[in-house]
Amino acid sequence: MSPFLFWIFAVLTVIFAAAVILNRNPVASALSLVVSFLGLSALFMSLDAFFIGIIQVLVYAGAVMVLFLFIIMLLNIRAEERRRINWLAAVGGIGVSTILLVQICVVIGRFRGARQAFPPLASSRTDDVWNIGRLLFNNYNLPFQIIGVLVLVATVGVVLLSQREPR
Amino acid sequence: MITLGDYLIVSAILFTIGLAGVMLRRNLIVILMSLELMLNGANLSLVAFSRFRIGANGLPDYNAQVFVFFVITVAAAEVAVGLALFVALYRARQTTDVDDITTLKF
Repeated sequence: MSPFLFWIFAVLTVIFAAAVILNRNPVASALSLVVSFLGLSALFMSLDAFFIGIIQVLVYAGAVMVLFLFIIMLLNIRAEERRRINWLAAVGGIGVSTILLVQICVVIGRFRGARQAFPPLASSRTDDVWNIGRLLFNNYNLPFQIIGVLVLVATVGVVLLSQREPR
Repeated sequence: MITLGDYLIVSAILFTIGLAGVMLRRNLIVILMSLELMLNGANLSLVAFSRFRIGANGLPDYNAQVFVFFVITVAAAEVAVGLALFVALYRARQTTDVDDITTLKF
């Protein structure tokens, strides 16, 4: 991965992530989130995690964002009107986030491994779908089935929650 | 040369942007989007560590990528349930603004 491409995708991801929380219009936020997820998926692929990158595009940029846009359309949410800004809350929120960012950066700065480049792979062919699948169905079989039950419960819960008259 | 620290800093910035969004925005849907940003920041650092920790066979550590797979699945389920809750809330109160939902506020 050339450093040039890394910086392009990193800056793209961060700028559009910031656009998500700076836009007043929820539709613009959702579309910025799509671009941010696409940049993130490119970063995953730059780390030789092709399966995760594809899943990121399919699940997040595809399914989840369609769900978001659909709900925004369904509820007919318009841009937030300007309300009185609660300055205490705004300063507190930005302050807490900044403190957290500084703390994480200090931790990364003290971590010796963070200054090392990534070690080379044995070959450029990683077969990561095969490797992840083998781990998933051998070592992580029970969590995998629990996740299946969770998704089923979520599906049933969504259907129940969106019923018009609860009984 | 791109180091592990560069990826970790990008992931930290993504997480912080998400945290700021959760605390600053008042639209519930945008808050849920910011939560997704936080999850993705965590995922990026997991994948970076997976690539950094090369095993004896010269392959990345796939345990972290399996974990990312689980995180993505749970996040998708969470979004579905969360948005269904917002629809139910909108039916009851005609709002998705957290300032209008203060019944349980201390």
